[in-house]
Amino acid sequence: MFKILKYGFFDLIRSRWSYIYFLFYLSLGFILLFLNQDVSKAVITLLNIIIVLTPLIGTLFGVMYYYNSREFIELLLSQPIKRKNIFLGQYFGISLSLSLSLVIGLGIPFVAYGIFGSTEIFNFFSLLLIGAILTFNFVALAYILALLFEDRIKGFGLAIISWLFFAVIYDGLFLILLLVFDDYPLDKFALFATIFNPIDLSRILILLKLDISALLGYTGAVFQDFFGTEFGMLFSTTLLLLWILFPVLTIVYISKRKDF
Amino acid sequence: MIKITNLHKQFGKLKVLDGLNLSFEKGGIHTILGPNGSGKTTLIKSILGLVIPNSGSIEINEKQILGLWEYRNEISYMPQIAHFPQNLKVIELFNMIKDLRSGANNEEKLVSGFKLEPFLDKKLGNLSGGTSQKVNIAITFMFNSPLMILDEPTTGLDPVALLHLKNLIQEEKEIGKTILISTHIMSLVEEIADEIVFLLEGKIYFQGTVNELKEKTLQNDLENAIASILRENNV
Repeated sequence: MFKILKYGFFDLIRSRWSYIYFLFYLSLGFILLFLNQDVSKAVITLLNIIIVLTPLIGTLFGVMYYYNSREFIELLLSQPIKRKNIFLGQYFGISLSLSLSLVIGLGIPFVAYGIFGSTEIFNFFSLLLIGAILTFNFVALAYILALLFEDRIKGFGLAIISWLFFAVIYDGLFLILLLVFDDYPLDKFALFATIFNPIDLSRILILLKLDISALLGYTGAVFQDFFGTEFGMLFSTTLLLLWILFPVLTIVYISKRKDF
Repeated sequence: MIKITNLHKQFGKLKVLDGLNLSFEKGGIHTILGPNGSGKTTLIKSILGLVIPNSGSIEINEKQILGLWEYRNEISYMPQIAHFPQNLKVIELFNMIKDLRSGANNEEKLVSGFKLEPFLDKKLGNLSGGTSQKVNIAITFMFNSPLMILDEPTTGLDPVALLHLKNLIQEEKEIGKTILISTHIMSLVEEIADEIVFLLEGKIYFQGTVNELKEKTLQNDLENAIASILRENNV
């Protein structure tokens, strides 16, 4: 697995798109710090960008990379390597290289600005960590869709829809439900519903960490109320990691049964 | 060498392999022929474990291989069209494949034979179709595996490279390897094949030498022999 990961990773970090992605975060970091002299405010702005953008880029890259390397996967499959290792190697290769673009791209401007001397350092690093976790989540989901659909347009379309669903539609549906069932106690339901959206989970996690109750929103408030800050953070982190584990197991399951 | 019994494979409603029985002796060049959609590639991919058959068994050297992977160390496979990672250089691809499996021995001979030296430091994404195919051949012939499977190996090659490929195939045959080739090019078949396997609608229609096929169909040349089989079966 590590050999495939290594080569996939080297292939990717040399692709133009990884540089564009890296440069985007680099300039974003500098611009944010330039406009926002206050690091803690910059971190909050960054939060809103990261939880929407990393899933989107993860989704697009995941699908694109699979379809692009479709024939190469065939070549690898004809070598004496376990199927599982090929797909896991590729998956971790993409996720790692994207996470690296994020961490280094944002890390440079913030380190240059003196984040190490600031009190925001832990918040900033948890933000980067969450960005990386979201990348792993959404690359996995996209990879599953690409494995399931041979038709590239279908796979691509569904991957974008899945991102749209988690980033936008999910919240909309949730709000509508809250409005319609205004008269009922929906706390438990709200908690339950959050579990199924990694983007919501990471938003809550980072807001609990930043301790900004004004931005927590309904689910966040319920979350904090129910679990308390410490346990709430632990709980949401565990769930986010499960959101990596289950899609990865699904990748293994599908790839074992697929014809190439 | 290879023994396939009662192999079935269905893609959705389409039956591609329909109770196929086939065995290959060790050594020699075996060509797999058949009209488009007769199941040649599916058969090859089943042997490689790329396609998972619905039922039936495949044995290589009297060992069941379905669901295993170590046996692929004994097989060199050349896919029909090769697409490699765009950003890797040719030399890096060679090193990668050598890293993934053992037994590479004649890399230099292949590189000079196909005049690939000037391309070694080029990215795979910038190669022409024919050069990619040469890289593909080099990767396949680099390893000393007893079984070689070539799927349409001549696609996109210029006459010089084609001649070189034929020589390579003959050399491999002489050292006792078993070579399976799927192709549509009858002149190639007549030139090199020790045995023909003719696939029709997911079953073996004919297995034997070129001359036996000509006798069976009462035709003088292979192309007409194949055409007469197809006409008889309304394909």
